[in-house]
Amino acid sequence: MDIPFNVKERPDTGLYNGKLGIWFFLASEVMLFGGLFSAYIFLRNGVDDWPAGTDYLDVPLATLNTLFLISSSVTMVMSWASLKLNDFKKYKLYTLITLLFAIGFLVIKYFEYSAKFAHNPPYLPSTNNFLGIYFTMTGLHVLHIIGGILVIGYFYGPGSKMWNSEPERFTNRIEIVGLYWHFVDLVWIFLFPVLYLL
Amino acid sequence: MSEGHHKQSFWTKYIWSTDHKVIGIQYGITSLIWLLFGFALMAIMRYQLAFPGSPVPIVGNLLGEGGILPSEMYNSLGAMHGTIMIFLGVVPLAFGAFGNYLVPLQIGAIDMAFPKLNAASYWTYFLGSVIMVTGFFVPGGAANSGWTSYPPLANTATMGQTVWLFGMIMLITSSLLGSVNILVTVIQLRTDGMTWMKLPIFVWTQFITAFLLLLAFPPLEAAGVLQLMDRLVNTSFFMPSGLVVSGEVLQNAGGGSPLLWQHLFWFLAHPEVYVLILPAFGIVTEVIANNTRKPIKGYKSLVYAMIFLGFMSFVVWAHHMYLTGMGTTIGAFFQTTTMIISIPSVVILTALLLSLWGGSIRFNTPMLFALGFLPMFGIGGLTGLPLGLAAADIHLHDTYYVIGHFHYVVAPGTIFALFAGIYYWFPKITGKRTNETLGKLHFFSSFLCMNGVFMPMFVTGLAGVSRRLWDGGESYAHAAGVFQLNELMSISAWLLGIAQLFFIVNMIISLRSKKTGEANPWNATTIDWTDTTSPPLGHGNFEKVPTVYNGPYEYSVPGLKKDFLPQSEKG
Repeated sequence: MDIPFNVKERPDTGLYNGKLGIWFFLASEVMLFGGLFSAYIFLRNGVDDWPAGTDYLDVPLATLNTLFLISSSVTMVMSWASLKLNDFKKYKLYTLITLLFAIGFLVIKYFEYSAKFAHNPPYLPSTNNFLGIYFTMTGLHVLHIIGGILVIGYFYGPGSKMWNSEPERFTNRIEIVGLYWHFVDLVWIFLFPVLYLL
Repeated sequence: MSEGHHKQSFWTKYIWSTDHKVIGIQYGITSLIWLLFGFALMAIMRYQLAFPGSPVPIVGNLLGEGGILPSEMYNSLGAMHGTIMIFLGVVPLAFGAFGNYLVPLQIGAIDMAFPKLNAASYWTYFLGSVIMVTGFFVPGGAANSGWTSYPPLANTATMGQTVWLFGMIMLITSSLLGSVNILVTVIQLRTDGMTWMKLPIFVWTQFITAFLLLLAFPPLEAAGVLQLMDRLVNTSFFMPSGLVVSGEVLQNAGGGSPLLWQHLFWFLAHPEVYVLILPAFGIVTEVIANNTRKPIKGYKSLVYAMIFLGFMSFVVWAHHMYLTGMGTTIGAFFQTTTMIISIPSVVILTALLLSLWGGSIRFNTPMLFALGFLPMFGIGGLTGLPLGLAAADIHLHDTYYVIGHFHYVVAPGTIFALFAGIYYWFPKITGKRTNETLGKLHFFSSFLCMNGVFMPMFVTGLAGVSRRLWDGGESYAHAAGVFQLNELMSISAWLLGIAQLFFIVNMIISLRSKKTGEANPWNATTIDWTDTTSPPLGHGNFEKVPTVYNGPYEYSVPGLKKDFLPQSEKG
């Protein structure tokens, strides 16, 4: 016996189960990052001298990373749209580009982090609360990126077999991953100005 | 039913199951064991409080030199009692067990929306609870900074605090998976005709609880991550500048704020109070409607009151923080919201009380527990009002009065409701009946002992005895007049423990008895009783998924031969 509305939409809500589920999950993610952003405001308001982001951080690299993530969001939508248009080859291509952008983001982040640690004296989370909250928030964000890469990678590789057996369900899955991926981007869109520019 | 044809092994059927009923039972058994364990921790503490400095009998040699409970361990037991009772006991029982088992049955769904996530939720909870308790075996013992883990104390505490944080992050993940599942299930899987205003109140309460868990827990997760950073990589999020511990200035950057933790923590922990109480409202409503044989008074006002309650619970958190010097303007705001949130609670309690009016009440075990819930929750709620006003809170803050207040809400309140639920749905889950005599003995003895434990706390609290004292106030002059009440409280607590034997024996005897074969022994109206067998079918729940025509509480409908009209019967 199959659970209803797993693939097809329920008429009165207009949603299938997974889509509603990911929206609720994202709502809770909003509260998670919301809690951290509130902590940032609270800490910054509590002290007289809060460093400017440019004192420690590399704005050009982060701008490049912002471009990477926005582009990956676009290709993510394109891969879903390709499935909707029944073009599996294009889906594969766009997903591959998405993955490359995401991995590119991580590589740049790696260089950013190691530059901080290699600095003399080293910039560590314990140096001050600005760097502390910078490492905590971007670190948590990086974990989300890694999670996204694993899932998108799965649907690029072994998970894509479902396209042959249950194309509609597979398309739904890509839509759900896409929603998650856009959210991860959105978090960065907030992190970038708050940490680097303000 | 494809699953019915081949035999499942014990492991796939009962351990790695994705069936919401099995997961509900797993949650139920695990959380009951933790409740007993958490109770045992308190029973040890109460010996020290009643007879300070004398060796604890039976378990004494596990504790320390001469069998006397050391003060550090007293702190551990206190912190872990709170944590275990709330996060490992009551919430998993009320939400994980009852919610999982009953919500799909009551809305006519064949399972939860995401069965695998459901199993993942249970196993994450199980793992988190085990991690939590391993804290007792690390150097320095389990977390000992109170269940609230306030920094800077918690930041500089022994390793047990790190274990606590890891355990908590697992538990938060588990409740996230569980709440998404309940929300999607209620929204998407209601059967034909089950409109929102035909939902049993129990489903409504689980639905609102799921929202609270979904949105209130993540800020604590954020706080937990920040505290882990403070503890593991020496950041200063919660550490003010120039803090001196044991005569030495701490080596860290400083500039942080202990208040930040309190805000993030109570942003979770106040909605958490309603997570504890809402499922109890739901269970009590079902039991009262069924045993008064008449419709609930004010179904819609109950629903709206609960939604309002859920919403308001997000804007009252700082009433736990009046003594932090946050200023009168903010204080006035939180006092106002706190007074407002008492209104829906009163609406709910009044609706339930009025529902008794003119009913021909059946005084069976579940009904007794439900009736016991009403005045006990009433006492708990009303004693909370002085705490919600800053002026009174200055005197009462952190005293035994607070302990008495929230235990009246949760122990004889929520836990009585949970017992009502266990006795009420036992025939559904097992197809067997519980023993009424043992059940009534269980109720009356528990009722008496609960009040013996918690009523004197109001007295000692008003006298100003702090909740954190290892010697129960023996060495404090202001506690001299009320100190001897500790003995009464402790003896009541131990008797309360013994009274639970009635419950345990009842469960064992009833489980070994023969099946009665009745699907609907209480003549209830909701579809969990009318359209499934007892116990329900293994997979798929219903032989034929029912269609719903009526509201949930159509009892004693005039002109009908029987005194109840099932939701799935055309009236």
